[in-house]
Amino acid sequence: MAATRPIRLFRNLSAKIAAIPMILTAMVVFVGGTAWTVTYSFTSSKLLPKTKFVGLDQYERLWGTARWLISIENLLIYGICMMVLSLVIGFLLAALLDQKIRFENTFRTILLYPFALSFIVTGLVWQWLLNPDFGVQSVIRGFGWESFTFDPLYDARIVIYGVLIAGLWQGTGLVMCLMLAGLRGIDQDIWKASRVDGIPAWKTYVFIVIPMMRPVFITTLVIIASGIVKVYDLIVAQTGGGPGIASEVPAKYVYDYMFQGQNLGQGFAASTMMLLAVLVVVIPWAFLEFGGRKRV
Amino acid sequence: MTHLRTTLAATTALCATGAVSAADLEVTHWWTSGGEAAAVAEFAREFEEQTEHTWVDGAIAGGGGTARPVMVSRIIGGDPMAAFQFNHGRQAEELIEAGLLRDMTHVAEAEGWRDIVNPPSLLDACTVDGRIYCAPVNIHSWQWLWLSNAAFEKAGLEVPKNWDEFVAAAPALREAGITPMALGGQPWQSSGAFNVLMATLAGPEVLQKIYGDGDADLAAGEEMKRVFKAASDMREMVQGSNVQDWNQATNLVITDQAGGQIMGDWAQGEFAVAGEVAGKDYTCLPGLGVHEVISTGGDAFYFPETGDAEIEAAQDALAATLLNPKTQVAFNLKKGSLPVRSDVDLEAANDCMKKGLEILASGAIMPDVNMLNTEDTNNQLNDLFVQFFQDTSISAEDAQAQFVEIVASKD
Repeated sequence: MAATRPIRLFRNLSAKIAAIPMILTAMVVFVGGTAWTVTYSFTSSKLLPKTKFVGLDQYERLWGTARWLISIENLLIYGICMMVLSLVIGFLLAALLDQKIRFENTFRTILLYPFALSFIVTGLVWQWLLNPDFGVQSVIRGFGWESFTFDPLYDARIVIYGVLIAGLWQGTGLVMCLMLAGLRGIDQDIWKASRVDGIPAWKTYVFIVIPMMRPVFITTLVIIASGIVKVYDLIVAQTGGGPGIASEVPAKYVYDYMFQGQNLGQGFAASTMMLLAVLVVVIPWAFLEFGGRKRV
Repeated sequence: MTHLRTTLAATTALCATGAVSAADLEVTHWWTSGGEAAAVAEFAREFEEQTEHTWVDGAIAGGGGTARPVMVSRIIGGDPMAAFQFNHGRQAEELIEAGLLRDMTHVAEAEGWRDIVNPPSLLDACTVDGRIYCAPVNIHSWQWLWLSNAAFEKAGLEVPKNWDEFVAAAPALREAGITPMALGGQPWQSSGAFNVLMATLAGPEVLQKIYGDGDADLAAGEEMKRVFKAASDMREMVQGSNVQDWNQATNLVITDQAGGQIMGDWAQGEFAVAGEVAGKDYTCLPGLGVHEVISTGGDAFYFPETGDAEIEAAQDALAATLLNPKTQVAFNLKKGSLPVRSDVDLEAANDCMKKGLEILASGAIMPDVNMLNTEDTNNQLNDLFVQFFQDTSISAEDAQAQFVEIVASKD
């Protein structure tokens, strides 16, 4: 009997063979590449990778560098504001569009349009709009309000909010579309039931609809979060990190030190810190999301 | 579709023959602005006239910061071009140590570069362990103050003759609605201007000690304190010049919206293109009128190892061509830089260029910062000074403390 029982390893053999290239790619390119980067972040590699280990020197220098600290602070401000505002605005817009209004398609297209533009184009457009000599400020001054001042890109204290405006303009449309799809997935009977019970619309949204849309919110959250961590091109196009180093972000630090500064070790240390930051967020989330399912 | 495929096939064939044929020499560089492109075209013309080889132009737009990583990754990736341009100094140090670049000592000896290259420090910057790895082609210096004569006239002032007069004139310029000084937002402009203040106000020996020997005590000392004081004066003067690129900043001086700018001699090309005349429309003060000295940085060509004997022969021919007198004159007149050999005649040079030649002949020269610092250190200095000049919240004392730290940890 035992001889005829199929060996577990060979069950679904063709599927397993087909998966080998994918598994190899994942192991070598992603896991291998990450391990390599982390290993070399402990070396003094300059232009070329060298295995001269220097312990935590690169990390000590990293956390003693004003530019890195400013980058982290900017990413936090940008990340929190972007996360909250794009979810709130995106959901509000979706809820408004969901009121069976006329020209819904037109509005949806207009609101989603910015997402079709790259960050580079978005950055350049908003660089001009926020330029005090050509943009919003000069237009309003042209109307007669001479003392009006609005030049976030030239003020080190608020420059990151200037970038945030451009980021929101670009990203909110997508959030809105995802939310709208979520809202459309809610059974109409739920609305009817809540109307019969006399529950106000806002309460229905907050206590019934939003909890039901949990999977949509999680997908949206992951999409927004990944966009935040990798933000680079928007900064390069809109401010170039300036004025001074006031709008620097971690991804730009990594690029600048790895390639322009010819200091691979420092760039690797910075990217390892970015990976660590992502893991700190992702691991608890994945544990709650996927670990919880087993208990059910 | 068939047509497209034919075109593609033809292109591939072209690329293939390009890689095999010995006479085609691919040269990469980042000279893409008007004057620069004209200058590099002179190289191509002279090279094709004087030898039987062909120059294949591989320009990379976006400046050295963009081009250098591209070049380095091609060389490391095993697909080297036949020759490439770098600023000589420590940028190519590791490529040489890794054995990726060709030793050109035999060409240098045959052509007698030791005797003709002036100042000799240019060749030293190409030399590692007694072997020569690059061909210097020009001298560019940073230590220039460019002033708009019309801007000072408008403010009712004499054109300053040195840095202190310029600083004193700043309030009057402001009153006349002119930004006293132009400075672009690109980080290298900020650190470059600071290095000029250091080399002229404290003296070239100080710069050489701090960057060359990593003398942190000197960096923390009184002399540097004065330089940081001057830098904070300059920070006041540049408030209001909301531009990014160096040539936009130069343009503010050309159009008389700004009083002056500290920038290298490549700014001269912009004045020339705008049809301005030295002495009449603008004034140049080498060494800020305080300490007449010029740094002898510049551009050099390096030749990667290709393992192909025919390409090596063509590389040798190119190296020899770049330094011969005819090429030097044709190239440097277009580029606005000084030739690397003193035995050529530059009659067509303008006033500012002649001043530069005189200083060079008098021997008041200093090494370029690129020869003393690695790119890593330069990048740290860029970060520090772009923050200092663009953001008024950091004090001169704090900036100096950070400066000392960078100097102490430099290699």
